[in-house]
Amino acid sequence: MTHPDNRASTGEGGTTPWKDSSQEPFIELQSLSKHFDNFAAVDDVSLKIYRGELFTILGGSGCGKSTLLRMLAGFEQPSGGRILIDGSDITATPAYERPVNMMFQSYAVFPHMTVEQNVAYGLKKERMPKDQVAQRVQEMLKMVQLSDFAKRKPDQLSGGQSQRVALARALIKRPKVLLLDEPLAALDKKLREQTQFELMNLQDQLGITFVVVTHDQEEAMTLATRIAVMNAGKFVQIGTPSEVYEFPQNRFVADFFGQINAFEATVLASDGEHLSVRLENSDSEIRTRHNQRLEPGTRCTIGVRPEKLLISTEAPSREGYTVTRGVVEDLAYYGNRSLYRVRSQDGHVIQVSAQNYQRSAELLLEWDDEVFLSWDSSCSVVLTQ
Amino acid sequence: MNPVVNPGKRDRLWRSFTIATPYLWLLLFFLVPFAIVLKISFADPLVAQPPFTPFFDWSASAGNRVLATLDNYRFLLEDQLYLVSYLKSIKIALISTGLCLLLGFPMAYAIALTPYPWRNLLLLLVILPFWTSFLLRVYAWMVMLGKQGLINNMLISVGVIDQPLQMLYTDGAVYLGIVYTYVPFMILPLYATLERLNPDLHEAAADLGARPLQVFRDVTLPLAMPGIIAGCLLVFIPALGEYVIPALLGGLDSLMIGRTLYDEFFVNRDWPLASAVAVVLLLILILPIMLFQRLQQEADA
Repeated sequence: MTHPDNRASTGEGGTTPWKDSSQEPFIELQSLSKHFDNFAAVDDVSLKIYRGELFTILGGSGCGKSTLLRMLAGFEQPSGGRILIDGSDITATPAYERPVNMMFQSYAVFPHMTVEQNVAYGLKKERMPKDQVAQRVQEMLKMVQLSDFAKRKPDQLSGGQSQRVALARALIKRPKVLLLDEPLAALDKKLREQTQFELMNLQDQLGITFVVVTHDQEEAMTLATRIAVMNAGKFVQIGTPSEVYEFPQNRFVADFFGQINAFEATVLASDGEHLSVRLENSDSEIRTRHNQRLEPGTRCTIGVRPEKLLISTEAPSREGYTVTRGVVEDLAYYGNRSLYRVRSQDGHVIQVSAQNYQRSAELLLEWDDEVFLSWDSSCSVVLTQ
Repeated sequence: MNPVVNPGKRDRLWRSFTIATPYLWLLLFFLVPFAIVLKISFADPLVAQPPFTPFFDWSASAGNRVLATLDNYRFLLEDQLYLVSYLKSIKIALISTGLCLLLGFPMAYAIALTPYPWRNLLLLLVILPFWTSFLLRVYAWMVMLGKQGLINNMLISVGVIDQPLQMLYTDGAVYLGIVYTYVPFMILPLYATLERLNPDLHEAAADLGARPLQVFRDVTLPLAMPGIIAGCLLVFIPALGEYVIPALLGGLDSLMIGRTLYDEFFVNRDWPLASAVAVVLLLILILPIMLFQRLQQEADA
């Protein structure tokens, strides 16, 4: 079952419809807000999601991501703003009439119905003829590999099987949008990875637009076409996984996706495309891409991901690299890589993640070794607080 | 021989004892009394102490014959009075159970949806009437419903009626008394079931296209069924044999079986017939429950 014309990758916008201004958004949130008493769970957010996207909303607990999803599903009425899906305003449409289905974090599989009855439920509410329902259910169960479990009750299923029931039940009405609330949270690690790829394949096959809510950055990174990072009811950054990882706009996003080393710096020059800074307590000058113009003399924070740093016992001599010296204070060996905590000359602790290219039974670096740290200056990212 | 009882054996003894306790309780306080009542129900009344004939006649002259008789049961069928009271009791118990369900379900649901700590307060209010004597509360209803009672006086003073209404000593008063007394027994098991329902299930049904009433019919009701059944049994069973409420609030014609039973035992002193009435009452209660359990098992299999 493929719907090629629904695919993000085949539309006129290519694989990145959000960069094409001629593309119509499929889901549009316009200044959407939700207040509980005096607390703004979702605070005036606007967002465009395109057809066939696997869009992830990422944030910690209480950031408003679940409220946002519940407004999309129709379980919460917005305090302000509008929700449009496929061009029509559904803000006031009750949940049972929305072209949207949801997979709950708890799966919410009906315990008193068999797998088959669970999956058929949505079609029965549409008053679809029985033989058609049976056929569609059969197809769907085959797709999620549950054909052998059709007559089982939910209490006879494993967690992974329940999840597939929930997924099949949500997909059977062929919704315009599938909402997934922490789809992988309740699965163990092995099953997560497998399910993750299954979800992506399914999305690719069906061409349904997915909106996923999660607190797990790894889940978001691997699944999503784009990620919206949410904090305190607002979007902090929206971009592709590599954009939010490599070009985090601020400290919050940078910290959310793994670790980052932060250095205080002073702006030397800025032309709206590139930025030159001098690191504090050091004479290193760094030139990196930054599309915001900053006044010379402004203080800012420079971030460098641990894996961008090179660690060596001899002074590196590569063009365009920033170098600093330090002492190995702590190290952790993970097999494929090692993590070093290096205290630099000015007293900072810098984290370095290094691939273990060489095969050796002994550690290549030891505690208290004097080392040089270097990184390609263009890997530095300017973080606004 | 090893004098120490090995721990495994002791554990098993303890476990057998724990399992045996409820059975022993039932045996002593249910099965034995029932056997006695059953035995008496096969006897003839006698002006003596005890007031009934023995089951066996051990005297050699009588030839060790069994004196048991089915006369009492035959009499139950012959005299319309018993059939009428049974039917009337079943009718009152059924309608009361239905009313309790209609009243109790929304209350239990509302309590289950109320946030803490208000929920505890509401639950306390449900059980609060049990703090005072049941008899006292029925008397209170008599004061309220009487010709010169609170309700009549109020209605007259407001001018809605000019003659006091006959409320006490009617079937309506019996229904009111039973529903008032037994509705907590409906609310509590219903609350226990409804409280455990995952609210996501309702949203999931709505998400799949079910309107609010359909959500209730497809999800809430079937999942609340264990609580509904428990509540209905807890109301129906005592309501069927209820004696005090119809005796105090009901009219002379509201002959429920409890009243008949009382009259046979204490007014007519016909123990065997009273026992037969009690045995039949028990059968009326047990048969539907057994039938239901049988159906339940078949449905599960």
